Amino acid sequence: MVSIRVQLFAQYAEQVGRNVVDVEVAAPATVGALVARLRADHPAASIPATPLVAVNLTQARPADPVSAGDDVALLPPLAGG
Amino acid sequence: MNVPLLVRNRLSLDALLAEVVSHECGGTAVFLGTVRNGPEEKSAPGDGVTGIEYSAYDAMAERELGTILTEVQERWPGARAAARHRLGLVPVGDASIAIVVAAPHRRHAFEACRYVIEAVKRRLPIWKKEYHADGTTTWVDAEGRPAESGPAPAR
Repeated sequence: MVSIRVQLFAQYAEQVGRNVVDVEVAAPATVGALVARLRADHPAASIPATPLVAVNLTQARPADPVSAGDDVALLPPLAGG
Repeated sequence: MNVPLLVRNRLSLDALLAEVVSHECGGTAVFLGTVRNGPEEKSAPGDGVTGIEYSAYDAMAERELGTILTEVQERWPGARAAARHRLGLVPVGDASIAIVVAAPHRRHAFEACRYVIEAVKRRLPIWKKEYHADGTTTWVDAEGRPAESGPAPAR
């Protein structure tokens, strides 16, 4: 098992009640497995099955690997500009 | 130049224009994204929007905006682009984003300026919370409609 720190933003952070959560997943972990675990940990938050995820400042796909120490963020639909 | 592209004060067009001015450029295009008081079909509660609070995943937004500006130089040789996105509470009427592009020819200045705003909307991790006159707030999506919320559907 590996613990991965995930930053939350905007409505996700409000719904979970935190800016950052630590998620325990089996190693080697993928982004998809991380999201599934996070959703299971926080069922009251409306985090979609395939949210936008950034790993080390770049958008990542569900199959991409993720490890402890990576900079991981869950991003609500973008609304900048 | 590594000045922060995300700022928390009123945007200054003069300062941005000074960054791109060049004797080789014949045209400079400017875009300001300004906070308006709501979408045509008002779907958010309250007596009207008083402002929008912008928040960001700062490290990624800074990097992505810098990358977009570099892409302008690559796609339109000779073009010089500068931009700032404002964070924090931006009152109705104020600019949340300012983009300036100077290029040898005006066609490229217009094209590149549009490129930047469209890329910003697609790629920057920035979010908006509307503030209403009645004191309520609503997270809104890129079109200004309430962002999806509520409990996850039962499995």
